[in-house]
Amino acid sequence: MGKLKGMEVSIAIAEAVKLARCDVISAYPITPQTHVVEHLSELVANGELDAEFILVESEHSALSACVGASAAGARTFTSTSAQGLALMHEILFIASGLRLPIVMALANRSLSAPLSIWNDHSDTMAERDCGWIQFFVENGQEACDFTIQAFKIAENPQVSLPVIINFDGFILSHMIEPIELPSQEDVDRFLPPFEPVRKLDVSKPRTIGPVGIPEIYTEAHMAQENAIRQSLEVILTCWNEWERLCGRKYEPVATYGTEDADIVFVAQGALCESIRTTVKKLRGEGEKVGIASIKLWRPFPDLHFLKVIEKARLIIVVDRAISFGGPGGPLASEIKGLLFDKGKNIKVVEFIAGLGGRNVSIGDIEGMYRKAKGILKGEKAKKEGFEIIGLRV
Amino acid sequence: MENMNVFVARLLPSAEYIEKGHRACQGCGEILAVRLIHKVLGKNTIVACATGCMEIVTSSTPDTAWKIPWLHVAFENAAAVASGIESAYRVLRRKGKVPDRKINFVAMGGDGGTADIGIQALSGALERGHDFMYICYDNEAYMNTGIQRSSLTPYGASTTTSPSGKKSIGQMTWKKNMVEIAVAHGIPYAATLNPSFPIDLVMKVKKAMSIKGPKYLHVYSQCPTGWRCPSDMTIQVGRLAVLTGVFPLYEVENGRYRITVPTPKRLPVERYLETQRRFAHLLKAGVMEDGLTPVEKIQKRVDEEYSKLELKEKMTHG
Repeated sequence: MGKLKGMEVSIAIAEAVKLARCDVISAYPITPQTHVVEHLSELVANGELDAEFILVESEHSALSACVGASAAGARTFTSTSAQGLALMHEILFIASGLRLPIVMALANRSLSAPLSIWNDHSDTMAERDCGWIQFFVENGQEACDFTIQAFKIAENPQVSLPVIINFDGFILSHMIEPIELPSQEDVDRFLPPFEPVRKLDVSKPRTIGPVGIPEIYTEAHMAQENAIRQSLEVILTCWNEWERLCGRKYEPVATYGTEDADIVFVAQGALCESIRTTVKKLRGEGEKVGIASIKLWRPFPDLHFLKVIEKARLIIVVDRAISFGGPGGPLASEIKGLLFDKGKNIKVVEFIAGLGGRNVSIGDIEGMYRKAKGILKGEKAKKEGFEIIGLRV
Repeated sequence: MENMNVFVARLLPSAEYIEKGHRACQGCGEILAVRLIHKVLGKNTIVACATGCMEIVTSSTPDTAWKIPWLHVAFENAAAVASGIESAYRVLRRKGKVPDRKINFVAMGGDGGTADIGIQALSGALERGHDFMYICYDNEAYMNTGIQRSSLTPYGASTTTSPSGKKSIGQMTWKKNMVEIAVAHGIPYAATLNPSFPIDLVMKVKKAMSIKGPKYLHVYSQCPTGWRCPSDMTIQVGRLAVLTGVFPLYEVENGRYRITVPTPKRLPVERYLETQRRFAHLLKAGVMEDGLTPVEKIQKRVDEEYSKLELKEKMTHG
């Protein structure tokens, strides 16, 4: 075990990229991602990290340069937020379609308009179907650990897919937390050098990114679907290895109190820590409540999730994004779809909270629980569909 | 030697890097230029290709015409992709992970992929000083999608989105000067090339290969399909483009201009315009608001641009 050190989460991510011995970084500054790229720039400038940092003129080019670098056989990293991710949209799908193991730390921020630099999950939810493996972290330690693990998972020849690590903008990115950085020796043991499955090499010429005629496109997509589904096994193995190395255990769905809970909160990211605190308090008062924090978003861990909510009578889903005019928040829609699919008749109560940096307090979370408990007792919900927490009327 | 306009086949390497069987149209000047340029660049070359004619005609799965490493990502980002490849090789070479040998990093795109949608990525890559070569294959419209106008479509050309009609002479704007834009980045080498002048083309590619840093090559690329001219006229049309002064051949090395195929006595522009049906309506058009016919306007513009070029050559060699 190393030593816990107080450091900003963005710095910890940059240090993790250094520990991973990343070859090429390409990024464009955007709040609240900036501290990640600033610290990486310093590490490169000081010679602490032997990498090429391509200071591009847009996020579109940032990811495009990562695609080129990764295809040339370099370990590649980028980081962005909100509008930056939206500008990368086109290339996100190409990176996964070309099966390039790029790693991205995404400081979650709300999408404009109105322009907001503050935190929610609208940026990442808009890119849900981009074909990248997607994680959500709750704290700085996870952000650091997942960044190192991401390279190993992405570069596994069976996977060969890019990875996004979602960490909440400001709430995590600018927070100073006690974090244990693994030693370089441990990381070197855990993460072997990148051996590309295929690369741009003059001694073995290859055409990458050709036209896919209708006879080929469907099969290419099916291969990609299979790869991301099968990555679950690789992720679990990776986490086992990590536990042996650092003693920290990770699961696709992290739980607290779900074993005997009637009501289970389902959420993602840093908000889960607040919910966990609330759940502890409520359980202290004798309430049968738990929380399931979805750490692995893509591939969605169906079986893990269903096992966690096996005994629950009601699920509270807390979304941090709206699907305008849709059947609920993006997380709630997925959960409802999954439950329907598996014939589970569990009541789902939906809340949308913390949009555009709006604070979500322990009191707010307790309020969600009280409402849900009332519904479980047969009280009628105030309105159909989701309720937005903290909305001024 | 550099000014020889005769094609001497034996001066070129016999190796081919674009395989036969690609799907380019009959008489395509662009694929001819690609073939010639890659003969010179040779096997130690990695290409980042923008979406466009050259991408689709050479890479329809499961076939490929490329015998060198080639990557296509999207329409507007070939220069950014090449930046990534070049940077990757720089660091991997430093770390001893790839052999230490000279590789030509090439980004290629059409006029749309270069001057319109790709100009931001190109400007970024030129400014950052990557050791790469950007090659714009300019067939003067979006030919791949069906002959729509771009900012490099010449004045007066009729395209499917700038059609000539009762109230229009076709394209109403003058061709954007991409070479000047590239030169403004202070790059060490920029040049215009034309497959109808193969020796000039070869010499320029050779020179570009020998220079470290960003290079910009602007290649005139005949398109019989989009220009509506007979496919056996490709070479002739390309020669007339230079001999009329419509597409002068020159290079800019560290800010010094040199006209490589001087044409102090030029043929009238009609000789060029009459070879292609995209200009057919111009030849019978009357005077416009400024008292000149479209052909007279083009002649005036060509003469002015050529004089400016001569002046730049004189100024930078003084």
